[in-house]
Amino acid sequence: MASIAHAERPSGLPWLRRFTASEALTGYFLISPAVFLMAVLLAYPFVLAVWISLTDRVLGEPGKFVGLANFLKLLQDSLFRQTVWNSFVYTFSTVLLKMVLGVILALILNQQMPCRNLIRGALLLPWIVPTSLSVLTWLWMFDSLFSIVNYILLGLGVISRKVQWLGDPFWAMVSVIIVNTWRGLPFFAVSLLAGLMTIPKELYEAAETDGARAGRQFWHITLPLLQPVIAVVVLFSTIWTFADFQIVYILTHGGPINATQIFATMAYDVALVAGRIGEGSAISLFLFPALLVVIILLLRYLRRE
Amino acid sequence: MRRKPGRRLKRLLGLYLPLAAFLFFALFPFYWMFISSFKANPELYNLRANRLWITSPTLDQFRDLFAKTVVLQWLWNSFFVSFLTSMIAMSFGIMAGYALARLRFPGAQAFGLATFITYLVPTTLIFIPLASVVQRLGLSNTIWSLVITYPTFLIPFCTWMLIAYFKSIPKDMEECAMIDGCTRIGAMIRIVLPMAIPGVIFSAMFSFTLSWNEFVYALTFISSTTHKTMSVAVPTELIRGDAYFWGELMAASLLGSVPVAVLYSFFMEYFVSGLTAGALKG
Repeated sequence: MASIAHAERPSGLPWLRRFTASEALTGYFLISPAVFLMAVLLAYPFVLAVWISLTDRVLGEPGKFVGLANFLKLLQDSLFRQTVWNSFVYTFSTVLLKMVLGVILALILNQQMPCRNLIRGALLLPWIVPTSLSVLTWLWMFDSLFSIVNYILLGLGVISRKVQWLGDPFWAMVSVIIVNTWRGLPFFAVSLLAGLMTIPKELYEAAETDGARAGRQFWHITLPLLQPVIAVVVLFSTIWTFADFQIVYILTHGGPINATQIFATMAYDVALVAGRIGEGSAISLFLFPALLVVIILLLRYLRRE
Repeated sequence: MRRKPGRRLKRLLGLYLPLAAFLFFALFPFYWMFISSFKANPELYNLRANRLWITSPTLDQFRDLFAKTVVLQWLWNSFFVSFLTSMIAMSFGIMAGYALARLRFPGAQAFGLATFITYLVPTTLIFIPLASVVQRLGLSNTIWSLVITYPTFLIPFCTWMLIAYFKSIPKDMEECAMIDGCTRIGAMIRIVLPMAIPGVIFSAMFSFTLSWNEFVYALTFISSTTHKTMSVAVPTELIRGDAYFWGELMAASLLGSVPVAVLYSFFMEYFVSGLTAGALKG
């Protein structure tokens, strides 16, 4: 009996075949490494973040439970309030800029032109190259003495005297916004281009025969059909920008006088430079509500499609 | 058919001029990085010269960089971590992506949702507690701290990317293979995986780039000069207090940027089509 059963099986160990015959077991087996890694290094640290934020832990000492003291202290801290404001200004302006410029760039890239793939590839570079290294280049471009941006703008007559890009609170914010837009625009352009390519050509031909001009075609065909893609890209970018760290850390380090301090840079300074880990964790966790809103909106959007 | 006279002007204003502006904005920093790293200091800091051009190109900055720093070690660290983590993420991503695309089991939906959410979790939300987890594992200040943590943000990406690819492959072929006596996992490896190669290459490359560029974890977990990766070593080791050696900084930035740019140029077709095809399918 056993030998017959054995003969019927074409290959493989019996237990392995039984195991892989069950879809559920195979499924669990296949997802287990990913689940394990993400539980230990993502879910657990998140729970730990909540716990640490409820303690007065400092570097080298475990600290004790203090309830919501860190959060209450932060809400009254004028530096933290400025950080919240800066984060909103930074996120809102860069996402808006990236969206508008992204739509324009996608419309340009969707046209016929020579060397199209090369141009698309070149425009993606800011997004591919290590951000910390390209931001160093921007730091050099905005240098107080040797700024090439000033050199060019002065040469073209756009400005009449040097701009202190990183030394002045207003221009420092403008600078980080410019660099973030530079870095994130390719993602918008390529995603929106993908969206544009799915719009059927017939719609434009029909509009053409009805006498609709390019402007009306854009408002009545392109934009409505592109809207779901725009929404998804904007939501992704919002959370990434809100939680951004390296552009501000390298370009201004939050300065001058905290004019560009945002959540992540302040959390880093408080937790790892000043050593107040409990308070730093609490600052990081202020990112969580934003993350939650983005997740809920995204899931709603994706489910509707 | 004759061309309308206004057409060329319209194309110039509507296409080429704005395109040139965008290209200038996107590429000028790289030009500046490149040009600054091949200038000697007297020329680099000469405000009277034509600063947008090099009159006497030199490798001085690179020579100084190699003499004064362990830049090759940093490049190797970056390469080692990126290669290893993209392979890990790739393997786990293939497994999880296949399971979610093809198999029905209780909890599959919840797991799919969880990967999607973790894809969105920013590293800056959990880097503080993660530092203490890394410490308890005894991995502080080693590149292994990066090897184990990078897959947490790579796996969700790879999984979602590959679900889209696996779903686009017809089920018939693997079902035939299974009727012919192949196991489910055998069919996955022999039939489905070869057909998903473009997706696999794209995800692996993109993971490599994400690892190569990662900054927050590397900055937090690693303090020794010799264990740093390129993206953190250049801004932290080459800037000492208020002294900026711009020539060396730009030379090092160029060295750190070229590997991903080269990788990317080789596979640009995959890249652009991968991005436009799959990036938003999740």
